[in-house]
Amino acid sequence: MAKEKMTTAFEYAPAPESRSVVDIAPSYGLFIDGEFTEAADGKVFKTVSPSTEEVLSEVARAGAEDVERAVKAARKAFEKWSALPGSERAKYLFRIARIIQERSRELAVLETLDNGKPIKETRDADLPLVAAHFFYYAGWADKLDHAGFGANPRPLGVAGQVIPWNFPLLMLAWKIAPALATGNTVVLKPAETTPLSALFFADICRQAGLPKGVVNILPGYGDAGAALVAHPDVDKVAFTGSTAVGKEIARTVAGTRKKVTLELGGKGANIVFDDAPIDQAVEGIVTGIFFNQGQVCCAGSRLLVQESIHDELLDSLKRRLSTLRLGDPLDKNTDIGAINSAEQLARITTLADQGEAEGAERWSPACELPSSGYWFAPTLFTNVTQAHTIARDEIFGPVLSVLTFRTPDEAVAKANNTQYGLSAGIWTEKGSRILAVAGKLRAGVVWSNTFNKFDPTSPFGGYKESGFGREGGRHGLEAYLAPSSPEGKR
Amino acid sequence: MVARAVPPPALRPGVPPAPLEAGQIPRLKKNRSLGVYSRYARRYARLVTMPTTAPHALADVTASHSTLRRFLHGLPGVDAVGLEARAASLGTRSIKTTAKAYAIDLAISMVDLTTLEGADTPGKVRALGAKAVHPDPTDRTTPATAAVCVYPDMVAVAKEAVAGSSVKVASVATAFPAGRAALDVKLADVRDAVSAGADEIDMVIDRGAFLAGNYMKVYEEITAVKEASGAARLKVIFETGELSTYDNIRRASWLGMLAGADFIKTSTGKVAVNATPANTLLMLEAVRDFRAQTGVQVGVKPAGGIRTSKDAIKFLVLVNETAGADWLDNHWFRFGASSLLNDLLMQRQKLATGRYSGPDYVTVD
Repeated sequence: MAKEKMTTAFEYAPAPESRSVVDIAPSYGLFIDGEFTEAADGKVFKTVSPSTEEVLSEVARAGAEDVERAVKAARKAFEKWSALPGSERAKYLFRIARIIQERSRELAVLETLDNGKPIKETRDADLPLVAAHFFYYAGWADKLDHAGFGANPRPLGVAGQVIPWNFPLLMLAWKIAPALATGNTVVLKPAETTPLSALFFADICRQAGLPKGVVNILPGYGDAGAALVAHPDVDKVAFTGSTAVGKEIARTVAGTRKKVTLELGGKGANIVFDDAPIDQAVEGIVTGIFFNQGQVCCAGSRLLVQESIHDELLDSLKRRLSTLRLGDPLDKNTDIGAINSAEQLARITTLADQGEAEGAERWSPACELPSSGYWFAPTLFTNVTQAHTIARDEIFGPVLSVLTFRTPDEAVAKANNTQYGLSAGIWTEKGSRILAVAGKLRAGVVWSNTFNKFDPTSPFGGYKESGFGREGGRHGLEAYLAPSSPEGKR
Repeated sequence: MVARAVPPPALRPGVPPAPLEAGQIPRLKKNRSLGVYSRYARRYARLVTMPTTAPHALADVTASHSTLRRFLHGLPGVDAVGLEARAASLGTRSIKTTAKAYAIDLAISMVDLTTLEGADTPGKVRALGAKAVHPDPTDRTTPATAAVCVYPDMVAVAKEAVAGSSVKVASVATAFPAGRAALDVKLADVRDAVSAGADEIDMVIDRGAFLAGNYMKVYEEITAVKEASGAARLKVIFETGELSTYDNIRRASWLGMLAGADFIKTSTGKVAVNATPANTLLMLEAVRDFRAQTGVQVGVKPAGGIRTSKDAIKFLVLVNETAGADWLDNHWFRFGASSLLNDLLMQRQKLATGRYSGPDYVTVD
């Protein structure tokens, strides 16, 4: 005989990660030539915690004059830095990687506060990947002769790097680690909503004894980014962000000597065939679109499901979404955190409303949103076609558009029918189908029976309007190297 | 094989049996909130549809060897990497304070306190029974365990030791743990345990037949044991470590449920790989999906290798977030374990007093 239950449900008590592991100063300066300094015009801006709208700190706002100073410092540092043997540069990078590991809890809490993403993600994904990138490129620093770019490939000079707010420290690592390993110096502008982890990284550079001027950090807005990209003494531009800004940058650098890599938007197709491992596919769909609240350029924002299993899969998916835990990003049991900014929340809201207005069917699990901060419930749309805006535009939020297909050819055609080409996923138990379909997809990354898995050894980048150039892996070195001259020196 | 006549199981006091025609089973397809109803459907099914125990909605699946084989091979595949990643990610849930207290008491109430040694004696079994009834002699508010689990020849002793309490007596049978004996022998083993008073039978499947693809043989053996078990609830052990692949574990789960298992159970505890978060997660998915299709709820019992409170709590998180709250009850979920109980008791004392006590403050058995 069944005994009565002790209580009705297994409620998880709050399990907040301690905020005391990170000490955020009331104000921060720009990091130029190894020193924290005020902006030339004295301007500052506030950075807030998106989950509460609490002001975390006041940060100096870089302008054109500061870009000038930073590029000058980087140029000066380039001479000695690029002349160091690769094995010496590697020592600094290994040291930085180890310090990141040692300070990972502090950095994870900081990133969660400034970005709004759950501590589970910063702790288990962002920070381990950040350290891994530095370790990986540290290993390349003394082996560049063997990287496939000819003997003695040369660094380009000063790299101007502009990064987004969705993975602030990880995008910094993707940019800085290969640049330094290959002997370049950098001026990096973090996003205006998430400047703090880059400034903590500046402190790590000092802790590691990195020579002055090798890394310069300029928190600021789009104007600072534009000035950096346009600066005549910048040899290399690397940008991750929106396609609109990417196009602007491409126009700015057209006709100059500057080498460019752009990693832009995406509208990734997650293709589920009828012979897929359903339970794992459901997990992959969730990871694909709800990891980091869907604010991921390679998110699987279009679910292409074979029509014959559509209902069954949607039932499973909805049941699974009902178990997602949305709330305090610092709680270790939180699955879905806050949207990064009011501006982004407005964009997501507008596009989701448009989806509804265009006749797609909207569904969200029952979930209570906190009263302050920027929040958006996990949302999925069914009855979506290729003609819907939500199937074409990048939403950059926790919104999944569900479309159907009948045959593998149709799946490929629909997956490729987008202006973007960054990522795709294939779910099937049939190995030959994975190979056949992957070969036909115009996407920089194709995951099979998984999604949103990252590794520093694997190149990442896009086709079409998702940008060009590759970051990560051996390919990632190429963006920061010039082929050797006949004499071996430039 | 003729089943011994068995008395109908007692129904829950105060709940009058609903009038059901013979052979009538409520079909409760795809409804998640009908756990109570399906529980009764399950019981009535036993009363009114003997000897067949196949649930109505999937009855045709077991019509022949080939239909059964096609059905089992048509189940969705399992991606091992994805399954293990999901189990690991649920393992990072942080269960603290009130949630931990709830989970520890729930886990204690779910333990099938087990001794399955060649050296088992009446004295040892009596000690185990006493501990099952009052796990913590220093704190009588500690819940009793769900059951004690012993070999058939110890059932009578165990029964006496737990008399008057809520603790059930479970007995392994069917030539446990290898299961390599003639069906007659296995059934005699089961009847022996039942007639000695076992409330629950833990049988092992014929892994050889399963791995040889002879699913109908496994099915028929389970139904025969089910009949022989009578009113006793039947736990079907797959020995997942020997089935080896997750696809096999999923197929075995469905096979067991189709054949009328009341519980599906991972392992005997006698091989190298026993219960793991991943294989238990997979079986929880199976019982969840089986209920969605048939309305019949089946329990899950991971056994072997779960030794710490931390591990046990991880399994409860798996239950909570996979099968759901309907399974958070010792009627539907058990831990086959022995040393686990003492760790749960020490953690319980720690929560109560704020200090770790140590092994001298729990009983040795």
